[in-house]
Amino acid sequence: MTAGDFLRRMPDADFRRPTNLWRRLHIDPTLLMLLMLLTGFGLVVLYSASGTDTHYVKRQMVFFGLGYVGMFIVAQVNLQFLERWAWWFYIGGVVLLVCVLFFGVGAKGAQRWLSLGGFRFQPSEIMKVATPIMIAAYLCRRAIPPRFKHIVVTLVLVFVPTILIMRQPDLGTSLLIAMSGLIVLFLAGLGWRYIFGALGIVLASAWPMWRFGLHEYQRTRILTLLDPEADKLGSGWNIIQSKTAIGSGGVHGKGWLNGTQSQLDFLPESHTDFIIAVLAEEFGLVGVLALIGLYVLILGRGLLIAVSSQQTFSRLLAGSITFTLFVFIFVNIGMVAGLLPVVGVPLPFVSHGGTSLLTLMVGFGLLMAVSTERKRINLNL
Amino acid sequence: MTKQATSAKRERKSKVENASGALGGSARSRLPDPVRVPRWRFYSVAVVLAALGCVIGWHLASIQVLPGTERGYEFLQHQGQARTLRSEKINAYRGLITDRNGVPMAVSTPLSSLWVNPQILNNYQDRWGELAKNVRMKPAALADKLRRYQSKSFMYLSRHLPPAEAAQVLDLRIPGVYAQEEYRRFYPSAEVSAHLVGFTDVDDQGQEGVELAFDDWLSGESGAKHVVKDQKGHTIKEVGLVKSAEPGKSLRLSVDMRLQYLAYRALKQAVADENAKSASAVVLDTRTGEVLAMVNQPSYNPNNRRNIEVSATRNRAITDQFEPGSTMKPFSVMAAMEAGVVTRSTTIDTTPGYVHIGGKTFLDPVNYGVMDLTKIITKSSQVGTTKVAMKMDPNDIRDMYFRVGLGQSPGTGFPGEAVGQLPSYNRWAKVVHANYSFGYGFTASALQLAQAYSVIANDGVKKPVSLLQVESEPSGDQVIPRPVTQDMKSMLATVTEKGGTGTRAALEHYKTAGKSGTAHMVGKGGYADDRYRSFFAGFAPLDDPRIVVVVTIQEPRSGKYFGGEVAAPVFGKIAEGALRVLNVAPDAQVVEEHRTAKRSQPSGQPSFFQQPPFIQDTKVDIDRLQPEVVL
Repeated sequence: MTAGDFLRRMPDADFRRPTNLWRRLHIDPTLLMLLMLLTGFGLVVLYSASGTDTHYVKRQMVFFGLGYVGMFIVAQVNLQFLERWAWWFYIGGVVLLVCVLFFGVGAKGAQRWLSLGGFRFQPSEIMKVATPIMIAAYLCRRAIPPRFKHIVVTLVLVFVPTILIMRQPDLGTSLLIAMSGLIVLFLAGLGWRYIFGALGIVLASAWPMWRFGLHEYQRTRILTLLDPEADKLGSGWNIIQSKTAIGSGGVHGKGWLNGTQSQLDFLPESHTDFIIAVLAEEFGLVGVLALIGLYVLILGRGLLIAVSSQQTFSRLLAGSITFTLFVFIFVNIGMVAGLLPVVGVPLPFVSHGGTSLLTLMVGFGLLMAVSTERKRINLNL
Repeated sequence: MTKQATSAKRERKSKVENASGALGGSARSRLPDPVRVPRWRFYSVAVVLAALGCVIGWHLASIQVLPGTERGYEFLQHQGQARTLRSEKINAYRGLITDRNGVPMAVSTPLSSLWVNPQILNNYQDRWGELAKNVRMKPAALADKLRRYQSKSFMYLSRHLPPAEAAQVLDLRIPGVYAQEEYRRFYPSAEVSAHLVGFTDVDDQGQEGVELAFDDWLSGESGAKHVVKDQKGHTIKEVGLVKSAEPGKSLRLSVDMRLQYLAYRALKQAVADENAKSASAVVLDTRTGEVLAMVNQPSYNPNNRRNIEVSATRNRAITDQFEPGSTMKPFSVMAAMEAGVVTRSTTIDTTPGYVHIGGKTFLDPVNYGVMDLTKIITKSSQVGTTKVAMKMDPNDIRDMYFRVGLGQSPGTGFPGEAVGQLPSYNRWAKVVHANYSFGYGFTASALQLAQAYSVIANDGVKKPVSLLQVESEPSGDQVIPRPVTQDMKSMLATVTEKGGTGTRAALEHYKTAGKSGTAHMVGKGGYADDRYRSFFAGFAPLDDPRIVVVVTIQEPRSGKYFGGEVAAPVFGKIAEGALRVLNVAPDAQVVEEHRTAKRSQPSGQPSFFQQPPFIQDTKVDIDRLQPEVVL
């Protein structure tokens, strides 16, 4: 065999080889590299956003460490096992949500946490993962596209946690969870008549929802979005400050640690939900585009994993995770840029915060599990 | 992604699905998709989401870099700066006031003033107690004040604290408490030159005296700087200087602090001894017209003005006008000599010791008989002066007074400077004519009096007076013929000699010349019989005068009131001391005479300069003199 022959055969050889190191570890190296770039970038911005306080950066690094470990563990999960046990995760999550309503602890007028021996966690974070798993597990065993009966069951499965979380109240998370479930329904091939029918109902119920379904503070948030100047020092403050931060960044930004809005306490929640305003002020449009570019690559990779998957359950799950991630990013940036109402959604991998980060990492662990799933098609051949 | 989307479409049409191969873009085998979930749904969701992403991207770009939008980046950048960039005032350093030798008389010290934003502080009521303790206020008083200002965003908490003390309060890090740098005036010479220097108010603006008169010169111009402040109002950094503060220029006064202390001590002692109501003394440099000392009683401490009386703040030597009385006799006599109605050797018969003019009687204490002009001055004869005056045109007397500076502004620029009244008449009543000759019917200030005497001392040359140091000796105007003043000088010299009315003004080491005066003060409905003003005005040394000294003492209530008794000793002390300070060589003749006198009468006064030139509790022994009638 000549060297040329060997090189020509290399790809096939590579493909045919049943396992390589990454696959054995259930890790998608491309995705891992992109995630590391993003988390590294996030730490740099966080350092500035927290007022050069290394406390937050250190904490965040611990969260990242835990997150990567969690991701690695989740990546080892057998997806068929997950599919079979989806009900139990889901039911467990719902029970915890019910517990929150009765025994939850809270802050700022919301009751979102469960406290177990000094350890606090948000059951709604579990539902962010458990709901799409449940819906995917349910639909993949049913007819594709789903029939009416299955659609109804799916909607019930989606709205039980949604309504429970809305009661906490946590509108942002509940809508995101609803979104993650409904996306599965759409990906599973939901008929167009249902889609348009639902749109019609949503439009028709918009006014009653506005009038009776929303809390006063939620209405204020939406009104604020339309006219932030109306209440400059109250509910409009965040939006005005964040827009000012973004706008004053310009193309190249003011330089790292030099943002006046973010460094001088004008920008609220600068190290959590509004962190992209810090990025925009200090790194300018260039920085924002770099961040968005990283997100696009990660989302693209997620989409590729989804469509490459050869299991219905995995494909639906990967799709839901990927698109939900997009919704997170979109809602956060849209909120900070003043396009969407202010809902408490952190910027994935950049905002400071442990729980949401762990949830994201679990999601990416699942993506990795999907991407490294044994190709049964090969065996079938 | 678009590529993938189009390929997906193609796949859907052909119903042959293309399973992409394993990861990492390795070889793709053409295999049907075994999964029932269609890929195109994924792609279409991706396209929709990509569109949403573009909306966000466009929106970000529009508020960040796209020009011309109404609330675009230009507006927002401006907003960002408006939030943090502040223009702050830099207080200018107020100029120094020094005496002629550079001894500081008013200095500015940087201090911190604390101010609070009551609106912010209202949210931290739990820390009020701590704050009150640190600024030494009663908690209740602070709370009361804060409540009164609660709708305001600025309130002075404590002004003019030492910077370290203010820093201590700031270190408490109570939100809404800030400091600003200010300057405060300190007056090292305190009450000694308080009237002259004046003072500034809490905002560093001149309120009295030289501080007010030369406020523009001293105050400089405040500057401005750009600073970055955080949301709590704390200055983070200074980013640029808009305009640097222009410090005020320093001001060199003509006074000599050594003479100032000297004069003040002598005057204060006299006021205490004579139980007088008020007093002033002025020392003028005859050559330059500079005021070398100007002191008043009562005085006040400009560094602590909490309990001062307004009347104590008046610089009486400049602002108060009075009828100068007998101190004017030399000038009316000079007017007569100048007019040629009398000469030095002219004799006047004052028998029988009184004279009737216009229904009034002017009398001498005793019948002096026939006197020459010298003796009229020596004895301060009322009858003699009147008789000389009646020989001449009253306008000549008034003109003489006017020429030596009466009825004119001395031009020092000092606030409240008295001009004096020097009325002129078309038809002079005889009484007015007579009164004019011995110093009634018009007014002058102590400073004007000093200037008038400097004309005699300068052989008829009048020089402008100045409170500021003058660079070169002004040439002045010859307002009285030189021979006339030379005659008058020698006549005035006899006043302090034996037999004169001002023997108490005689100096130990210098020949001197001067004139005493005693005037009834104006009370209700005319002249008060029991309230007097005592004067002595003179100069020394006689042969080459260096200084003019004027002392006025109002309402002495110790029983003595004649100028020769009350004011003359003060004149003597000031003139003697001043000449020594100024290094003027003693007159040999006087020293010799004194030595002889001392041998026979060994009780000498303690020398003035054995004590440091501060105000001390010196007990000066004042011999009781036989009162001589001096009017």
